[in-house]
Amino acid sequence: MRGWGPGRDATGDDAAAGLSRRRFFGLAGAGTAGVLVAGTAGGVIGRATADEGAPGPAAATGAVEFTGAHQAGIVTPAQDRLHFVSFDVITEDRDELVAMLQAWTTAARRMTAGLDAGSVGAVGGGQYDVPDDTGEALGLPPAGLTLTVGFGPTLFTTADGVDRFGLADRRPAPLVELPSFRGDAIDPARSGGDICLQACSNDPQVAVHAIRNLARLGAGVISVRWSQLGFGRTSSTSTGQDTARNLFGFKDGTDNLKAENTSTLDQFVWVGDDDQDWLAGGSYLVARRIRMRIEQWDTATLNDQEQTIGRAKGTGAPLGQQAEFDPVDFTKQVDGEFAVPQTSHVFLAHPTNSGTAILRRGYSFVDGSDGLGRLDAGLFFICYQRDPATGFVQVQQNLRDDAMNEYVQHTSSAVFACPPGVTGPDDWWGRALFA
Amino acid sequence: MSTHLRSSRAVLAALSLTGVTLLAACGSDGSGDTSSAAADDIAVAASDDSCDVATTDLQAGTHQFTVTNSGSKVTEFYVYAEGDRVMAEVENIAPGVARDLLVELPAGSYETACKPGMVGDGIRSVLTVSGESQTLSEDETLSQASADYQRYVQSQTGALLEQTTAFADAVKAGDIEGAKTLYPVARTYWERIEPVAEIFGDLDPIIDGREGDQAPGEDFTGYHRIEKALWEAGDVSDMGPYADRLVSDVQQIVDLANEETLDPLQLANGAKALLDEIATGKITGEEDRYSHTDLWDFKANLDGSQAAVQALRPYLEEADPELVGKIDERFAATQAELAQYQVGDGWTLYDQLSEEQLRGLSDSITALTESVSQVAAVVAQR
Repeated sequence: MRGWGPGRDATGDDAAAGLSRRRFFGLAGAGTAGVLVAGTAGGVIGRATADEGAPGPAAATGAVEFTGAHQAGIVTPAQDRLHFVSFDVITEDRDELVAMLQAWTTAARRMTAGLDAGSVGAVGGGQYDVPDDTGEALGLPPAGLTLTVGFGPTLFTTADGVDRFGLADRRPAPLVELPSFRGDAIDPARSGGDICLQACSNDPQVAVHAIRNLARLGAGVISVRWSQLGFGRTSSTSTGQDTARNLFGFKDGTDNLKAENTSTLDQFVWVGDDDQDWLAGGSYLVARRIRMRIEQWDTATLNDQEQTIGRAKGTGAPLGQQAEFDPVDFTKQVDGEFAVPQTSHVFLAHPTNSGTAILRRGYSFVDGSDGLGRLDAGLFFICYQRDPATGFVQVQQNLRDDAMNEYVQHTSSAVFACPPGVTGPDDWWGRALFA
Repeated sequence: MSTHLRSSRAVLAALSLTGVTLLAACGSDGSGDTSSAAADDIAVAASDDSCDVATTDLQAGTHQFTVTNSGSKVTEFYVYAEGDRVMAEVENIAPGVARDLLVELPAGSYETACKPGMVGDGIRSVLTVSGESQTLSEDETLSQASADYQRYVQSQTGALLEQTTAFADAVKAGDIEGAKTLYPVARTYWERIEPVAEIFGDLDPIIDGREGDQAPGEDFTGYHRIEKALWEAGDVSDMGPYADRLVSDVQQIVDLANEETLDPLQLANGAKALLDEIATGKITGEEDRYSHTDLWDFKANLDGSQAAVQALRPYLEEADPELVGKIDERFAATQAELAQYQVGDGWTLYDQLSEEQLRGLSDSITALTESVSQVAAVVAQR
């Protein structure tokens, strides 16, 4: 099939052999050349797996290795920008779906290495060819691009029980739509989906380029259901990263799971051998668009804000402590009151009190303003866990009386099962699932 | 309303046709038949629910069909080769009217179709032609494509002028309901060949411009001016000059279009441009913003695109059969998606379509465009 059949670059050889976008333009300086091509020793930022040890923080412009035991983009040190998209599968033909996933893998392998999406490229073909890359990333480095794929519950079985692609018996038991939570205002038009792609990069244009080209490869097979742009990571996923601030102005994710804690990741993030075989080494992704009531928050006193969160706004220290990484002491009292209020977000969300842990990987968003002149902004919350029921759902149920609920509203919900990483040149996203 | 073809025209001038003589000979005796006129006269009895062709088997050569419409609806008659490649067509056969059609058919399997009310797939029958088959060189098949498409354009322009005149007459007579009925019908012939019209860049906006598209000092004229008066004001008493102007502008573009032969690359680009028209103008409801008859135009663009691609079919079947298969599949899928909204002889109005229904139409056009967009490169490979 023209355009997106596996073709001659399905082996990934072209990715290794191809010119990077920057080299094509002769822009690669001596100092950066090493990081531009996938597989070049020393230049590629390693990605943590249980047996590889901890990654360093990614150079802002470098490449992140695409292959590995786990998919990149989960414990990879969080990049600055996000383009997340959820697709409906519109074909009924399983072979077409498989061909697209193979074509996606080939293109993802190339783009994460800083190459054009296809082997012809944006400008390498004939004058009457439609270019197989859209071109807006020409001259840009890989910029830490990761592409992470996930499969939603409706890919396996539709809401009315139809086994669309013969996958029903491969649906993991934990892969079910999330229950509703207090205060939810879920918009079905930006919730759910059959397949998701998470593109993270330090350059927003690189992330958008990747999603745009993959969506294009899926013409006739998938249709974009909803998408979300994010900026400013709100979580650190590595000890090498500073803790970023969210749009409330607070440091967010201080006590997040970190790539370096490999045993904790095995316990809480990576699917083990007690689930579907094809998912071992994968993870469940939960996405929630959390609108912040910015104007109400901005007129709250500093004291109210800190009591709501449970941390000092300036240092990020837990209330009652001095420094950001001081351990939270839930027993400490100040003037006869608990230093960290029992209705504060930190109190209720902390693993000590929620009884579980999740790997958060959210991004701030501002989608312009609403019709009332208020910022349409908040946190596009993404988290990874071994089982949504004992991960996000358990944490969120514990947030029922969170003081922060006054200032947030969840407006979308989605859950996906992300398969393990692509391991060799012939491997592709979903191979074990469709085997 | 793009100038896509117009701008590519100069670029393509270098790719001149090589088969001029073949082109001129088309329609007479290209298959070796020595008689220049058809010896037979095959009767086609068309009504609102039947399409009886006097014979189902023919010898290769040139044949004349006489289509008589005994029904109450305007009908059309087509001879299709595989993939709905139009071999010959006669448009706009009014009730009680008989029209002749001359067609040269090499050996092969064909379908005839009447389209009472001008909608849908039509009432079809199989037509088998035996005898000499056609073997053409690559260049000849491409020249043939241009010639076939030119013939298609000429049959569309004829109907365009007739129906636009009827529409203008209704407007001038103050027959609002009659004019409203004729509006999407006349536009069907326009929308089928719009890329050809767009070659003549100054006429297209005068005939088909939307309100607000005019340069300062330019009047808002054409179909949409009258559409606005019909649907928004419900008063066409001051539309007489606009109706007259529309007919004379259409007459002018018909004369120009009939002289024009698109080269194969223009056909490929035109087929894609028609799908872009659907994606940007019809799926958004912007084309017929007062009447909401966008799906009539959608169907016409789709048919026009299919006619252009299928004219190239004999070449494409040799050059890239896999692509032909994909294009067939996706045209069929889009036609099926659209067919859900056929209501009688018309279509669901745009403002009655849900977001989800529009998304289904959009998805099918996106997929189809992806395949049709590859035709240009295959043609240019030659």
